[in-house]
Amino acid sequence: MRIVEKTQLMTATEIDRTVQRLAHEIVEKSGGTSNLALIGIRRRGVPLAQRIAQAMRGIDGVDVPVGTLDITLYRDDLSKVAAQPVLQSSDIPFAVDDKDLVLVDDVLYTGRTIRAAMNGLFDLGRPKRVRLCVLIDRGHRELPVEASFVGRNVQTSDTEIVEVRLNEIDKEERVMLVERVP
Amino acid sequence: MPFRFGHMLGIEPLSAEEISFVLDQSKPFQEIQKHPLKKLATLRGKTVALAFFEPSTRTRISFGTAASRLGADQMNLQAESSSLKKGESLLDTVRTLDAMKPDCIVMRHSSSGAPDFVARNLDLPVINAGDGTHEHPTQALLDALTIRDRRGTLEGLNVTILGDILHSRVARSNIHLLSKFGCRITLCGPAMWVPREMECLVPAGASVRRVTRIEEALEGADAVITLRVQQERLHEPSLSVDEYILQFQLTPERLRRAKPDALVMHPGPMVRGLEIDPAVADGPQSCVLEQVTNGLAVRMALLFLMVGADSTSERDSSHAAD
Repeated sequence: MRIVEKTQLMTATEIDRTVQRLAHEIVEKSGGTSNLALIGIRRRGVPLAQRIAQAMRGIDGVDVPVGTLDITLYRDDLSKVAAQPVLQSSDIPFAVDDKDLVLVDDVLYTGRTIRAAMNGLFDLGRPKRVRLCVLIDRGHRELPVEASFVGRNVQTSDTEIVEVRLNEIDKEERVMLVERVP
Repeated sequence: MPFRFGHMLGIEPLSAEEISFVLDQSKPFQEIQKHPLKKLATLRGKTVALAFFEPSTRTRISFGTAASRLGADQMNLQAESSSLKKGESLLDTVRTLDAMKPDCIVMRHSSSGAPDFVARNLDLPVINAGDGTHEHPTQALLDALTIRDRRGTLEGLNVTILGDILHSRVARSNIHLLSKFGCRITLCGPAMWVPREMECLVPAGASVRRVTRIEEALEGADAVITLRVQQERLHEPSLSVDEYILQFQLTPERLRRAKPDALVMHPGPMVRGLEIDPAVADGPQSCVLEQVTNGLAVRMALLFLMVGADSTSERDSSHAAD
Protein backbone atom coordinates (compact mmCIF):
# COMPACT_ATOMS: atom_id res chain seq x y z
CA MET A 1 0.00 0.00 0.00
CA ARG A 2 1.55 3.28 -1.04
CA ILE A 3 0.50 6.87 -1.63
CA VAL A 4 0.64 8.27 -5.18
CA GLU A 5 0.29 11.98 -5.95
CA LYS A 6 -2.37 12.63 -8.60
CA THR A 7 -2.98 16.36 -8.99
CA GLN A 8 -2.31 19.63 -7.32
CA LEU A 9 -5.62 21.19 -6.33
CA MET A 10 -4.40 24.51 -4.98
CA THR A 11 -1.20 26.51 -5.12
CA ALA A 12 0.19 28.61 -2.30
CA THR A 13 -1.28 31.76 -3.86
CA GLU A 14 -4.69 30.17 -4.25
CA ILE A 15 -4.65 29.05 -0.62
CA ASP A 16 -3.87 32.57 0.49
CA ARG A 17 -6.56 34.15 -1.68
CA THR A 18 -9.08 31.64 -0.38
CA VAL A 19 -8.14 32.30 3.24
CA GLN A 20 -8.64 36.03 2.63
CA ARG A 21 -12.00 35.42 1.01
CA LEU A 22 -13.13 33.13 3.84
CA ALA A 23 -12.17 35.77 6.40
CA HIS A 24 -14.26 38.35 4.57
CA GLU A 25 -17.19 35.96 4.27
CA ILE A 26 -17.17 35.14 7.97
CA VAL A 27 -17.05 38.81 8.96
CA GLU A 28 -19.80 39.62 6.46
CA LYS A 29 -22.12 36.85 7.62
CA SER A 30 -21.65 37.23 11.35
CA GLY A 31 -23.66 40.37 11.99
CA GLY A 32 -20.94 41.81 14.17
CA THR A 33 -17.67 40.33 15.35
CA SER A 34 -17.72 41.35 19.00
CA ASN A 35 -18.79 37.89 20.09
CA LEU A 36 -16.99 35.95 17.39
CA ALA A 37 -14.24 33.40 18.04
CA LEU A 38 -12.40 30.88 15.88
CA ILE A 39 -11.47 27.38 16.97
CA GLY A 40 -8.90 25.51 14.90
CA ILE A 41 -9.11 21.73 14.97
CA ARG A 42 -5.71 20.09 15.39
CA ARG A 43 -3.64 19.81 13.49
CA ARG A 44 -4.03 21.76 10.26
CA GLY A 45 -7.17 23.61 11.32
CA VAL A 46 -4.97 25.50 13.76
CA PRO A 47 -2.70 27.43 11.36
CA LEU A 48 -5.73 28.00 9.11
CA ALA A 49 -7.68 29.54 11.99
CA GLN A 50 -4.71 31.72 12.87
CA ARG A 51 -4.37 32.91 9.27
CA ILE A 52 -8.08 33.70 9.04
CA ALA A 53 -7.89 35.69 12.30
CA GLN A 54 -4.88 37.52 10.93
CA ALA A 55 -6.78 38.33 7.73
CA MET A 56 -9.70 39.61 9.80
CA ARG A 57 -7.38 41.99 11.59
CA GLY A 58 -6.59 43.43 8.19
CA ILE A 59 -10.27 43.87 7.31
CA ASP A 60 -11.38 46.39 9.87
CA GLY A 61 -9.08 45.88 12.79
CA VAL A 62 -11.26 43.18 14.29
CA ASP A 63 -9.31 41.10 16.80
CA VAL A 64 -11.03 37.73 16.90
CA PRO A 65 -9.72 35.27 19.54
CA VAL A 66 -8.44 31.88 18.35
CA GLY A 67 -8.55 28.64 20.29
CA THR A 68 -7.18 25.19 19.42
CA LEU A 69 -9.05 21.95 19.92
CA ASP A 70 -7.60 18.43 20.04
CA ILE A 71 -10.33 15.95 19.30
CA THR A 72 -8.45 12.70 20.00
CA LEU A 73 -10.43 12.03 23.17
CA TYR A 74 -13.74 12.52 21.37
CA ARG A 75 -13.14 10.38 18.29
CA ASP A 76 -15.40 7.41 17.59
CA ASP A 77 -12.62 5.50 15.85
CA LEU A 78 -9.66 5.69 18.20
CA SER A 79 -8.49 2.17 17.63
CA LYS A 80 -8.45 2.63 13.86
CA VAL A 81 -6.56 5.89 13.73
CA ALA A 82 -3.22 4.89 15.13
CA ALA A 83 -1.67 2.01 16.98
CA GLN A 84 -0.98 4.49 19.77
CA PRO A 85 -2.99 7.69 19.80
CA VAL A 86 -1.00 10.68 21.00
CA LEU A 87 -2.80 13.46 22.80
CA GLN A 88 -2.16 17.13 22.40
CA SER A 89 -3.73 19.70 24.66
CA SER A 90 -6.63 21.85 23.65
CA ASP A 91 -6.15 25.53 24.37
CA ILE A 92 -9.23 27.70 24.38
CA PRO A 93 -8.32 30.89 26.23
CA PHE A 94 -11.84 32.28 26.39
CA ALA A 95 -15.18 31.20 27.80
CA VAL A 96 -17.24 29.26 25.31
CA ASP A 97 -20.61 30.23 26.82
CA ASP A 98 -22.70 32.44 24.53
CA LYS A 99 -19.92 32.76 22.00
CA ASP A 100 -20.45 32.86 18.25
CA LEU A 101 -17.98 30.14 17.28
CA VAL A 102 -16.54 29.15 13.94
CA LEU A 103 -14.78 25.79 13.83
CA VAL A 104 -11.95 25.71 11.31
CA ASP A 105 -10.53 22.59 9.69
CA ASP A 106 -8.59 21.82 6.54
CA VAL A 107 -10.76 19.11 4.97
CA LEU A 108 -14.39 18.16 5.52
CA TYR A 109 -15.03 14.53 4.61
CA THR A 110 -17.30 12.16 6.58
CA GLY A 111 -18.07 14.74 9.24
CA ARG A 112 -16.95 12.58 12.15
CA THR A 113 -14.16 14.93 13.16
CA ILE A 114 -16.67 17.77 13.39
CA ARG A 115 -19.04 15.65 15.46
CA ALA A 116 -16.13 14.93 17.83
CA ALA A 117 -15.17 18.63 17.88
CA MET A 118 -18.69 19.63 18.86
CA ASN A 119 -18.65 17.09 21.68
CA GLY A 120 -15.43 18.64 22.89
CA LEU A 121 -16.82 22.16 22.63
CA PHE A 122 -19.99 21.34 24.51
CA ASP A 123 -17.95 19.91 27.38
CA LEU A 124 -16.64 23.42 27.83
CA GLY A 125 -19.92 25.29 27.87
CA ARG A 126 -22.84 26.36 25.77
CA PRO A 127 -21.90 28.38 22.71
CA LYS A 128 -24.49 30.66 21.19
CA ARG A 129 -23.83 29.37 17.72
CA VAL A 130 -21.34 27.01 16.03
CA ARG A 131 -20.58 27.19 12.33
CA LEU A 132 -17.96 25.41 10.27
CA CYS A 133 -15.30 26.79 7.97
CA VAL A 134 -13.19 24.42 5.86
CA LEU A 135 -10.61 24.92 3.16
CA ILE A 136 -11.79 21.88 1.20
CA ASP A 137 -15.12 20.06 1.22
CA ARG A 138 -14.60 16.70 -0.46
CA GLY A 139 -18.08 15.26 0.01
CA HIS A 140 -18.92 11.72 1.26
CA ARG A 141 -20.67 12.83 4.42
CA GLU A 142 -21.61 10.04 6.85
CA LEU A 143 -23.24 12.36 9.36
CA PRO A 144 -25.54 15.38 8.94
CA VAL A 145 -22.75 17.97 9.04
CA GLU A 146 -22.44 20.99 6.76
CA ALA A 147 -19.91 23.78 6.39
CA SER A 148 -21.13 27.38 6.25
CA PHE A 149 -17.85 28.59 4.79
CA VAL A 150 -16.08 26.50 2.15
CA GLY A 151 -12.86 27.36 0.35
CA ARG A 152 -13.34 24.89 -2.46
CA ASN A 153 -15.56 21.92 -3.25
CA VAL A 154 -13.68 18.95 -4.67
CA GLN A 155 -15.17 15.77 -6.11
CA THR A 156 -13.28 12.72 -4.84
CA SER A 157 -13.52 8.97 -4.79
CA ASP A 158 -13.07 7.13 -1.54
CA THR A 159 -9.63 5.74 -2.38
CA GLU A 160 -8.42 9.31 -2.84
CA ILE A 161 -7.12 11.54 -0.06
CA VAL A 162 -7.04 15.31 -0.04
CA GLU A 163 -3.79 16.49 1.55
CA VAL A 164 -3.60 20.07 2.66
CA ARG A 165 0.03 20.98 3.21
CA LEU A 166 0.78 24.13 5.16
CA ASN A 167 4.14 25.75 5.83
CA GLU A 168 3.63 25.75 9.60
CA ILE A 169 3.36 21.95 9.69
CA ASP A 170 4.53 20.48 6.37
CA LYS A 171 7.16 23.02 5.34
CA GLU A 172 5.41 23.36 1.99
CA GLU A 173 2.27 25.10 0.85
CA ARG A 174 -0.24 23.41 -1.46
CA VAL A 175 -3.26 21.14 -1.62
CA MET A 176 -2.73 17.76 -3.27
CA LEU A 177 -5.04 15.02 -4.39
CA VAL A 178 -3.34 11.72 -3.65
CA GLU A 179 -4.38 8.12 -3.97
CA ARG A 180 -3.80 4.96 -1.96
CA VAL A 181 -2.52 2.35 -4.37
CA PRO A 182 -2.09 -1.34 -3.43
CA MET B 1 7.25 9.58 19.26
CA PRO B 2 4.48 7.63 20.98
CA PHE B 3 5.36 4.72 23.24
CA ARG B 4 3.34 1.59 23.82
CA PHE B 5 2.81 0.15 27.28
CA GLY B 6 1.57 -3.39 27.44
CA HIS B 7 1.66 -3.23 31.24
CA MET B 8 2.61 -0.69 33.88
CA LEU B 9 4.23 -2.86 36.53
CA GLY B 10 6.98 -0.56 37.74
CA ILE B 11 9.20 2.41 37.02
CA GLU B 12 12.45 0.45 37.01
CA PRO B 13 12.19 -0.88 33.42
CA LEU B 14 11.08 2.47 31.94
CA SER B 15 13.35 4.94 30.19
CA ALA B 16 13.38 8.65 30.95
CA GLU B 17 11.81 9.22 27.49
CA GLU B 18 8.93 6.87 28.23
CA ILE B 19 8.33 8.56 31.58
CA SER B 20 8.40 12.02 29.99
CA PHE B 21 5.94 10.80 27.38
CA VAL B 22 3.47 9.66 30.04
CA LEU B 23 3.81 12.98 31.86
CA ASP B 24 3.25 14.88 28.59
CA GLN B 25 0.18 12.81 27.86
CA SER B 26 -1.13 13.63 31.36
CA LYS B 27 -1.32 17.33 30.60
CA PRO B 28 -4.58 17.31 28.59
CA PHE B 29 -6.14 15.34 31.45
CA GLN B 30 -5.04 18.02 33.91
CA GLU B 31 -6.91 20.49 31.70
CA ILE B 32 -10.06 18.41 31.60
CA GLN B 33 -10.32 18.50 35.39
CA LYS B 34 -11.02 22.21 35.00
CA HIS B 35 -13.89 21.81 32.53
CA PRO B 36 -17.46 22.17 33.78
CA LEU B 37 -18.16 18.80 32.18
CA LYS B 38 -15.39 16.36 33.13
CA LYS B 39 -16.78 13.24 31.55
CA LEU B 40 -15.48 11.90 28.25
CA ALA B 41 -16.72 9.05 26.12
CA THR B 42 -13.24 8.02 25.02
CA LEU B 43 -13.28 4.62 26.72
CA ARG B 44 -16.98 4.05 26.37
CA GLY B 45 -17.74 0.34 26.25
CA LYS B 46 -14.43 -0.56 27.88
CA THR B 47 -14.23 -2.07 31.36
CA VAL B 48 -11.51 -1.46 33.90
CA ALA B 49 -11.20 -4.11 36.61
CA LEU B 50 -10.07 -2.69 39.96
CA ALA B 51 -8.66 -5.60 41.96
CA PHE B 52 -7.54 -4.23 45.31
CA PHE B 53 -6.32 -7.10 47.45
CA GLU B 54 -4.99 -4.62 50.00
CA PRO B 55 -7.14 -1.90 51.52
CA SER B 56 -6.94 1.43 49.75
CA THR B 57 -9.18 4.42 49.63
CA ARG B 58 -7.43 7.20 47.76
CA THR B 59 -5.77 5.08 45.05
CA ARG B 60 -8.88 3.07 44.43
CA ILE B 61 -11.08 6.16 44.21
CA SER B 62 -8.50 7.82 41.99
CA PHE B 63 -8.38 4.94 39.49
CA GLY B 64 -12.15 4.50 39.66
CA THR B 65 -12.75 8.17 38.95
CA ALA B 66 -10.17 8.10 36.16
CA ALA B 67 -12.01 5.21 34.53
CA SER B 68 -15.43 6.86 34.96
CA ARG B 69 -14.30 10.20 33.59
CA LEU B 70 -13.03 8.43 30.50
CA GLY B 71 -16.45 6.82 30.11
CA ALA B 72 -15.32 3.31 31.04
CA ASP B 73 -17.17 0.87 33.24
CA GLN B 74 -15.63 -0.71 36.35
CA MET B 75 -15.42 -4.10 38.00
CA ASN B 76 -14.67 -3.64 41.68
CA LEU B 77 -12.94 -6.20 43.83
CA GLN B 78 -12.22 -5.26 47.42
CA ALA B 79 -10.12 -7.42 49.74
CA GLU B 80 -12.23 -7.08 52.83
CA SER B 81 -15.27 -8.59 51.25
CA SER B 82 -13.63 -10.90 48.76
CA SER B 83 -13.51 -14.58 48.05
CA LEU B 84 -9.87 -14.61 49.14
CA LYS B 85 -11.17 -14.93 52.65
CA LYS B 86 -12.72 -18.20 51.55
CA GLY B 87 -9.35 -19.50 50.41
CA GLU B 88 -9.44 -18.73 46.70
CA SER B 89 -6.00 -18.35 45.11
CA LEU B 90 -4.87 -15.11 43.48
CA LEU B 91 -4.78 -16.76 40.08
CA ASP B 92 -8.31 -18.12 40.38
CA THR B 93 -9.56 -14.74 41.51
CA VAL B 94 -8.08 -12.86 38.58
CA ARG B 95 -9.09 -15.58 36.14
CA THR B 96 -12.64 -15.18 37.36
CA LEU B 97 -12.45 -11.46 36.69
CA ASP B 98 -10.82 -12.14 33.33
CA ALA B 99 -13.66 -14.46 32.34
CA MET B 100 -15.94 -11.42 32.51
CA LYS B 101 -13.78 -9.77 29.84
CA PRO B 102 -12.43 -6.54 31.31
CA ASP B 103 -10.09 -4.49 29.10
CA CYS B 104 -7.46 -4.04 31.78
CA ILE B 105 -6.82 -4.83 35.41
CA VAL B 106 -5.57 -2.37 38.02
CA MET B 107 -4.31 -4.23 41.02
CA ARG B 108 -2.90 -3.66 44.44
CA HIS B 109 -1.55 -6.59 46.46
CA SER B 110 0.44 -7.09 49.63
CA SER B 111 2.92 -9.40 47.87
CA SER B 112 5.73 -7.89 45.85
CA GLY B 113 5.57 -9.24 42.32
CA ALA B 114 1.87 -10.15 42.35
CA PRO B 115 0.99 -7.88 39.40
CA ASP B 116 3.89 -9.34 37.42
CA PHE B 117 2.56 -12.82 38.17
CA VAL B 118 -0.88 -11.84 36.96
CA ALA B 119 0.57 -10.18 33.83
CA ARG B 120 2.37 -13.41 32.96
CA ASN B 121 -0.72 -15.53 33.45
CA LEU B 122 -3.42 -13.41 31.83
CA ASP B 123 -3.61 -11.83 28.40
CA LEU B 124 -4.66 -8.46 29.76
CA PRO B 125 -2.93 -5.11 30.39
CA VAL B 126 -2.02 -4.90 34.07
CA ILE B 127 -1.44 -1.69 36.01
CA ASN B 128 0.33 -2.02 39.35
CA ALA B 129 -1.38 0.12 41.99
CA GLY B 130 1.12 -0.97 44.63
CA ASP B 131 2.65 -4.37 45.27
CA GLY B 132 4.13 -5.19 48.67
CA THR B 133 7.23 -3.11 49.21
CA HIS B 134 8.22 -3.30 45.54
CA GLU B 135 6.76 -0.46 43.45
CA HIS B 136 3.89 2.01 43.16
CA PRO B 137 4.54 3.38 39.68
CA THR B 138 1.56 5.74 39.37
CA GLN B 139 2.53 7.43 42.64
CA ALA B 140 6.02 8.12 41.35
CA LEU B 141 4.57 9.39 38.06
CA LEU B 142 2.20 11.79 39.78
CA ASP B 143 5.00 12.95 42.07
CA ALA B 144 7.17 13.54 39.01
CA LEU B 145 4.39 15.47 37.26
CA THR B 146 3.98 17.66 40.36
CA ILE B 147 7.71 18.33 40.59
CA ARG B 148 8.06 18.97 36.86
CA ASP B 149 5.10 21.39 36.81
CA ARG B 150 6.41 23.37 39.76
CA ARG B 151 10.08 23.22 38.92
CA GLY B 152 9.91 23.26 35.12
CA THR B 153 12.13 20.20 34.89
CA LEU B 154 13.00 16.88 36.53
CA GLU B 155 16.67 17.05 35.60
CA GLY B 156 19.35 17.22 38.27
CA LEU B 157 17.13 18.23 41.19
CA ASN B 158 17.92 17.59 44.85
CA VAL B 159 15.15 15.43 46.27
CA THR B 160 14.99 14.29 49.89
CA ILE B 161 12.86 11.37 50.98
CA LEU B 162 12.08 11.15 54.69
CA GLY B 163 10.82 8.28 56.76
CA ASP B 164 10.44 4.54 56.56
CA ILE B 165 12.21 4.00 53.24
CA LEU B 166 12.71 0.28 53.85
CA HIS B 167 9.02 -0.60 53.73
CA SER B 168 8.02 1.99 51.17
CA ARG B 169 7.14 1.04 47.61
CA VAL B 170 6.52 4.74 47.00
CA ALA B 171 10.13 5.49 47.94
CA ARG B 172 11.46 2.77 45.66
CA SER B 173 9.45 3.91 42.65
CA ASN B 174 10.49 7.50 43.27
CA ILE B 175 14.15 6.53 43.62
CA HIS B 176 13.99 4.67 40.29
CA LEU B 177 12.24 7.54 38.54
CA LEU B 178 14.25 10.46 39.85
CA SER B 179 17.59 8.75 39.32
CA LYS B 180 16.74 8.32 35.63
CA PHE B 181 16.66 12.12 35.41
CA GLY B 182 19.96 12.63 37.16
CA CYS B 183 18.49 13.82 40.44
CA ARG B 184 20.52 13.78 43.62
CA ILE B 185 18.47 11.74 46.05
CA THR B 186 18.93 11.94 49.81
CA LEU B 187 17.31 9.35 52.04
CA CYS B 188 16.82 10.12 55.71
CA GLY B 189 15.18 8.27 58.53
CA PRO B 190 15.96 5.96 61.43
CA ALA B 191 19.03 3.93 60.40
CA MET B 192 17.14 0.68 60.45
CA TRP B 193 14.67 2.04 57.93
CA VAL B 194 17.31 3.38 55.56
CA PRO B 195 19.59 0.42 54.86
CA ARG B 196 22.68 0.62 52.68
CA GLU B 197 21.00 -1.55 50.06
CA MET B 198 18.82 1.40 49.07
CA GLU B 199 21.89 3.05 47.55
CA CYS B 200 22.28 0.04 45.26
CA LEU B 201 18.76 0.28 43.84
CA VAL B 202 19.92 2.51 41.07
CA PRO B 203 22.52 2.07 38.32
CA ALA B 204 26.12 3.05 39.05
CA GLY B 205 26.64 6.76 38.53
CA ALA B 206 23.26 7.70 39.95
CA SER B 207 23.32 9.70 43.12
CA VAL B 208 21.58 8.22 46.17
CA ARG B 209 22.92 8.91 49.63
CA ARG B 210 21.78 8.14 53.15
CA VAL B 211 21.89 10.77 55.85
CA THR B 212 21.01 10.33 59.52
CA ARG B 213 20.37 13.94 60.50
CA ILE B 214 17.30 15.55 59.01
CA GLU B 215 18.85 19.02 58.99
CA GLU B 216 21.65 17.79 56.77
CA ALA B 217 19.23 15.82 54.62
CA LEU B 218 17.14 18.89 53.87
CA GLU B 219 20.07 21.17 53.00
CA GLY B 220 19.44 22.61 49.51
CA ALA B 221 16.53 20.32 48.67
CA ASP B 222 14.29 21.21 45.72
CA ALA B 223 11.62 18.81 46.93
CA VAL B 224 10.96 16.87 50.12
CA ILE B 225 8.88 13.71 50.04
CA THR B 226 7.64 12.78 53.51
CA LEU B 227 6.52 9.21 54.00
CA ARG B 228 3.88 8.10 56.42
CA VAL B 229 5.14 6.55 59.65
CA GLN B 230 3.29 3.48 60.76
CA GLN B 231 3.17 3.70 64.55
CA GLU B 232 2.92 -0.08 64.75
CA ARG B 233 6.40 -0.25 63.24
CA LEU B 234 8.15 2.24 65.49
CA HIS B 235 9.38 -0.57 67.73
CA GLU B 236 11.60 -1.73 64.87
CA PRO B 237 14.08 1.14 65.16
CA SER B 238 13.25 1.26 68.87
CA LEU B 239 11.89 4.75 68.82
CA SER B 240 9.00 6.16 70.72
CA VAL B 241 6.61 8.48 68.93
CA ASP B 242 8.14 11.46 70.72
CA GLU B 243 11.66 10.38 69.77
CA TYR B 244 10.65 10.06 66.13
CA ILE B 245 9.09 13.49 66.17
CA LEU B 246 12.16 14.97 67.85
CA GLN B 247 14.57 13.49 65.33
CA PHE B 248 12.69 13.26 62.07
CA GLN B 249 9.55 15.38 61.98
CA LEU B 250 9.43 17.87 59.15
CA THR B 251 8.96 21.16 60.97
CA PRO B 252 8.92 24.72 59.57
CA GLU B 253 12.35 25.39 61.09
CA ARG B 254 13.88 22.32 59.50
CA LEU B 255 12.15 23.06 56.19
CA ARG B 256 14.01 26.37 56.03
CA ARG B 257 17.18 24.39 55.37
CA ALA B 258 15.77 23.40 52.01
CA LYS B 259 15.55 25.86 49.13
CA PRO B 260 13.12 28.72 49.78
CA ASP B 261 10.48 27.38 47.42
CA ALA B 262 11.14 23.68 47.98
CA LEU B 263 8.15 21.46 47.41
CA VAL B 264 6.69 19.60 50.39
CA MET B 265 5.13 16.35 49.22
CA HIS B 266 3.44 13.39 50.86
CA PRO B 267 1.86 10.36 49.20
CA GLY B 268 -0.85 10.35 51.86
CA PRO B 269 -2.49 9.67 54.14
CA MET B 270 -0.64 12.08 56.40
CA VAL B 271 -0.36 11.65 60.13
CA ARG B 272 -0.34 15.27 61.23
CA GLY B 273 1.93 15.82 64.17
CA LEU B 274 3.95 12.69 63.55
CA GLU B 275 6.05 12.72 60.39
CA ILE B 276 4.89 16.20 59.45
CA ASP B 277 4.14 19.35 61.41
CA PRO B 278 0.62 20.57 60.60
CA ALA B 279 2.02 24.02 59.83
CA VAL B 280 4.12 22.48 57.07
CA ALA B 281 1.31 20.23 55.84
CA ASP B 282 -0.92 23.27 55.40
CA GLY B 283 1.85 25.69 54.52
CA PRO B 284 2.45 27.47 51.20
CA GLN B 285 5.04 24.94 50.07
CA SER B 286 2.75 21.95 50.52
CA CYS B 287 1.78 20.22 47.26
CA VAL B 288 -0.20 17.43 48.82
CA LEU B 289 -3.54 18.26 47.22
CA GLU B 290 -1.93 19.03 43.89
CA GLN B 291 -0.44 15.53 44.00
CA VAL B 292 -3.92 14.07 44.33
CA THR B 293 -5.24 16.08 41.37
CA ASN B 294 -2.23 15.12 39.31
CA GLY B 295 -2.77 11.49 40.30
CA LEU B 296 -6.12 11.56 38.57
CA ALA B 297 -4.57 13.05 35.42
CA VAL B 298 -1.74 10.49 35.33
CA ARG B 299 -4.11 7.57 35.84
CA MET B 300 -6.45 8.86 33.14
CA ALA B 301 -3.47 9.17 30.80
CA LEU B 302 -2.34 5.60 31.52
CA LEU B 303 -5.81 4.17 31.04
CA PHE B 304 -6.12 6.13 27.80
CA LEU B 305 -2.73 4.92 26.55
CA MET B 306 -3.21 1.31 27.56
CA VAL B 307 -6.92 0.78 26.98
CA GLY B 308 -7.71 3.44 24.36
CA ALA B 309 -5.88 1.93 21.43
CA ASP B 310 -6.33 -1.39 19.74
CA SER B 311 -3.06 -3.28 19.90
CA THR B 312 -3.55 -4.90 16.52
CA SER B 313 -4.52 -1.91 14.40
CA GLU B 314 -2.22 -0.44 11.78
CA ARG B 315 -1.03 3.11 11.83
CA ASP B 316 -3.10 5.28 9.48
CA SER B 317 -1.73 8.22 7.53
CA SER B 318 -1.67 11.46 9.46
CA HIS B 319 -3.83 13.02 6.74
CA ALA B 320 -6.54 10.42 6.59
CA ALA B 321 -8.83 12.17 9.03
CA ASP B 322 -12.29 13.33 8.06
